[in-house]
Amino acid sequence: MIKSLHKRESALANSKRQLEILSNGIFQKGVLPTFKEKISETNEFPLKAKKLEILQINVGYMCNQVCSHCHVDAGPDRKEIMTRETMIQCLNVIKNTGAHTLDLTGGAPEMNPNFRWFVEEASKAGIKDFIVRSNLTIITANKKYNDLPEFFKKHNVHVVSSMPHWTRGKTDKQRGYGVFNASIEALKMLNAVGYGMPENKLRLDLVYNPSGAFLPSNQKSMEKDFKKALLEAFNIHFHNLFAITNLPISRFLDYLIASENYEDYMYALVEAYNPAAVANVMCTNTLSVSWDGYLYDCDFNQMLQLPVNSKVKHISDYNEDLLEGRNIVMSQHCYGCTAGAGSSCQGSVI
Amino acid sequence: MQKTYYDPADLKKFGKISEWNEELGAKFFDYYGKVFEEGALTEREKSLIALAVSHTIQCPYCIDAYTGDGLQRGITKEEMMEALHVAAAIRGGASLVHGVQMMNKVNKLDM
Repeated sequence: MIKSLHKRESALANSKRQLEILSNGIFQKGVLPTFKEKISETNEFPLKAKKLEILQINVGYMCNQVCSHCHVDAGPDRKEIMTRETMIQCLNVIKNTGAHTLDLTGGAPEMNPNFRWFVEEASKAGIKDFIVRSNLTIITANKKYNDLPEFFKKHNVHVVSSMPHWTRGKTDKQRGYGVFNASIEALKMLNAVGYGMPENKLRLDLVYNPSGAFLPSNQKSMEKDFKKALLEAFNIHFHNLFAITNLPISRFLDYLIASENYEDYMYALVEAYNPAAVANVMCTNTLSVSWDGYLYDCDFNQMLQLPVNSKVKHISDYNEDLLEGRNIVMSQHCYGCTAGAGSSCQGSVI
Repeated sequence: MQKTYYDPADLKKFGKISEWNEELGAKFFDYYGKVFEEGALTEREKSLIALAVSHTIQCPYCIDAYTGDGLQRGITKEEMMEALHVAAAIRGGASLVHGVQMMNKVNKLDM
């Protein structure tokens, strides 16, 4: 199993170094326009935050997997974990805002020792869409997690899981040896309690990230291929496929540079820039909370240590009036969310 | 001066072909776009056909374009290579089948 950039003490573990590469580039073919310049062409600068609809909470960077494209740089060697005290602060916000979606992510969120307590408490808040981003393999990793499908069902959790391909080779290459088999087993366990079944309300969606230096194809067409392949080979059902573009940060940036694909990938993102996607990017209606309670416009900004542009910096000081209308913090990685059909945690935005 | 006949960067300039004849260029790209839309065949199947044909006509631009397109569509390297062997088989077979003509000619002329 590979180690995280942090454990390897890689220069790219430092967000400042990542931003330096993104801003100054290592380009031989000219200079990339800045994202700010690009969106200014369509009068979208500054991009303003709208009313909060989605609260995304990263409950820790600890994970049982070390995926080669992970923008969190998560892994078993990461110890950052949200405390119950911070979770209580998050719960207070959930109860007092009109946010319709709660989105728990990590790492593997289930590895946080307070995860189940938090799900039980949060599910009482009447959230319309309560998402847990499960990597699937955690369900089969240890006996203590085997009942997660039943636990999710009990609290009407919407399960969203990564699955880069319907073949073993491509999946294991991106997410680690053995991940494909374990994921298939976990999907069967989820199906067995009703998750992902066509007529069942227990939502099971899959996330597709390209397994290399290329952009995702049409989401609907990929979903059709995934459904056909998983049904025929394993009798597995799921609801929707979200296609998400890999953003050039953290371990994916490390891969791009090492494989000498960085320059071409950045050009591909800029060429695929779609002004129509800007209006629907997730950062305008989302707040991302880090394991230590700080606020960011999105999970990517969190990993780049680019906090919200507001007087309010921490969940304990949450103030809707001060946060709404703030200018969204942007850098070159934002091209990733505006390429092609656009990309968000809920898949393409167009 | 570029010292090779093919420059990968030229692929991105393909659309400029229309600049010297807008009407015919537009007709071609309309047709091209329509051809690759889902019909009786899926876009994925069409991408694989395009990849195989690209190798048969030995077009480096097309090979780059449809290898990338295939990856985006989730086409595996095994599927790509199989498609390529279909192209190679047809191409090889096309030479070999002319052997019948050769055999006919030999049979006619030979005592």
